Amino acid sequence: MSYYVKKALRDPQFMLFFCLAVILILIPILAPWLAPNDPIENDYANLMIAHSDKYPLGTDQIGRCFLSRLIYGGRTSMLIVFIVIAISASIGILLGVLAGYLGGKTDTFITRFTDIVIAVPQTVFVIALVSVMGPSLRNTILAMSLVSWTEYCRVTRALVLSLKQNTYVEEGRMAGMREMRLVSRLILPNVFPHLLVLITQDIGAKLLTLSGLSLLGLASQPPTPEWGYMLSEGRQFMQSAPRLIFLPGMTIVLNVIIFNLLGDSLRDILDPRFIKKKTHRRQLKQWLENT
Amino acid sequence: MNKTVKYVIGRLLFLIPIMLILSFFVFALTYLSPSDPVMLKFQLMGEVPDPAVVEQAREEMGLNDPFLVQYGRWLWKALHGDLGESYKTGVSVWKTMLGRIPNTLKLTGATLLLTVLLAVPLGVLSAVYQNRFVDYLLRFISFFGVSMPSFWVGFLLMYLFGIKLKLLPVMGSGDIRHLILPSMTLAFWMISLYVRRVRGSMLEEMNKDYLNGGLARGLPKRQIIFQQILPNSLLSVITMFGMSIGGLMGGATIIETIFEWKGIGKMAVDAIAVKDFPIIQGYILWMAVIYVVINLIVDLLYRFLDPRIRLEG
Repeated sequence: MSYYVKKALRDPQFMLFFCLAVILILIPILAPWLAPNDPIENDYANLMIAHSDKYPLGTDQIGRCFLSRLIYGGRTSMLIVFIVIAISASIGILLGVLAGYLGGKTDTFITRFTDIVIAVPQTVFVIALVSVMGPSLRNTILAMSLVSWTEYCRVTRALVLSLKQNTYVEEGRMAGMREMRLVSRLILPNVFPHLLVLITQDIGAKLLTLSGLSLLGLASQPPTPEWGYMLSEGRQFMQSAPRLIFLPGMTIVLNVIIFNLLGDSLRDILDPRFIKKKTHRRQLKQWLENT
Repeated sequence: MNKTVKYVIGRLLFLIPIMLILSFFVFALTYLSPSDPVMLKFQLMGEVPDPAVVEQAREEMGLNDPFLVQYGRWLWKALHGDLGESYKTGVSVWKTMLGRIPNTLKLTGATLLLTVLLAVPLGVLSAVYQNRFVDYLLRFISFFGVSMPSFWVGFLLMYLFGIKLKLLPVMGSGDIRHLILPSMTLAFWMISLYVRRVRGSMLEEMNKDYLNGGLARGLPKRQIIFQQILPNSLLSVITMFGMSIGGLMGGATIIETIFEWKGIGKMAVDAIAVKDFPIIQGYILWMAVIYVVINLIVDLLYRFLDPRIRLEG
């Protein structure tokens, strides 16, 4: 683990994206100090203005500071995304370890169950679940978590299956380690780096799913600012004030891109396979150019 | 028995538990929902019922029976193709859906066509000219393509083509001019996804040793790329296709909504807004069936196209 940390600290690309990601997470947390105005306070004297000293990015159709709404908007989005990932990763990792380590009937049962959940189209399912249960923070989180644990489960299971074969696990067992300790000390630490990559890459994907849900009005309830919902409010004014759809969209894209790039550079650090491939490809490029 | 036939039967049998669990879930959803179907029904028809009528309607709809009895009755009807009637319009769910399906097929069909026509050549281009300008450009664009919410791309296209250039209608459904923007929106996401995948699997395939054979015999580069690398790398792209169908269907729901395209996704979102449960149930079941069937076809196609798997059985 400390080997990876050292390697990460020496990787300028990773450090750059890591710092940017930390900033993106800190912005919504520090929103009360960063935002110039109250995000839900209406200023009826200043409706739909494009720019002023008090409102750097202008106001929306009911006179709310747009910059403050963008800053506060991250609170709902990030909160939902992180809780969903925490829940689905916990469920997935737990089931994956159980299936991979115990094998046999447990494995068959969990794999079959995972297959069934995977067979459900995710977005459709989440939209349906949230709409029937009624849109609220809790239901959105619940619905998204219910379908997104499968990937964690599959990856964890595969990793545990291959790690189980290693001699050091056998040695640990012969040395009389308890099963729980064996899993927590020898297997999980080696599964974790791979899962970390998966988790980071999942943040971007979940942000996108969530923005679609909240566009349909299924994630946050007004007047709470949320990027996707701001887009759905802004689209009526596409002609007169296109910034109302440009800015929230760009905010979402920026967040997704930073977390995706962070995930990619993390993968380059943690997964030795990708380093090898790069050199292979360089040789191949030469081959293609020379022939 | 032939191994492929056995495999197909196995897969078809696996559909039964999937559909049973799904249908149970779909039914339980509406059962657990906080709204009362009878009150909803009257509300949507615009009537204010008196309590006696409500009680009678509850009895007629069988809502006083135990949960499992209700589920059994609903499932039995659903198996016979009867998914009930829309609370709002009173038209049967099947008829409502059949009216909407052609539009959705047009949209997804156009999207898939655009994707196949553009993603494969661009992916090949990107892989062959790896780390050159074309490759960087395509990678840059496709990276944005997968990082943008598809509906936002839709907004941008609407703004550009509909409002600024006034070339295309912004929304609505009808002739082919209405189809261009929504299918471009969906296709942009799909193409970005597949350019990356085609490129990735082409590069992977280029590392394989078997290519040395052709190389040693002095085959032209073009022949090696199009006759050896491309067919083999498309195999792995086909398996990914099944997985992205779900994304396409979910995306179509949102895109249809923002473009007011009268497809099945728009129908579902409209039904969701007024809690028209039978329509929502029909939609989820229908989508799940399509999704599962398409994945089955993709798997079969893969087995058919890849002799290695066919032989291993």
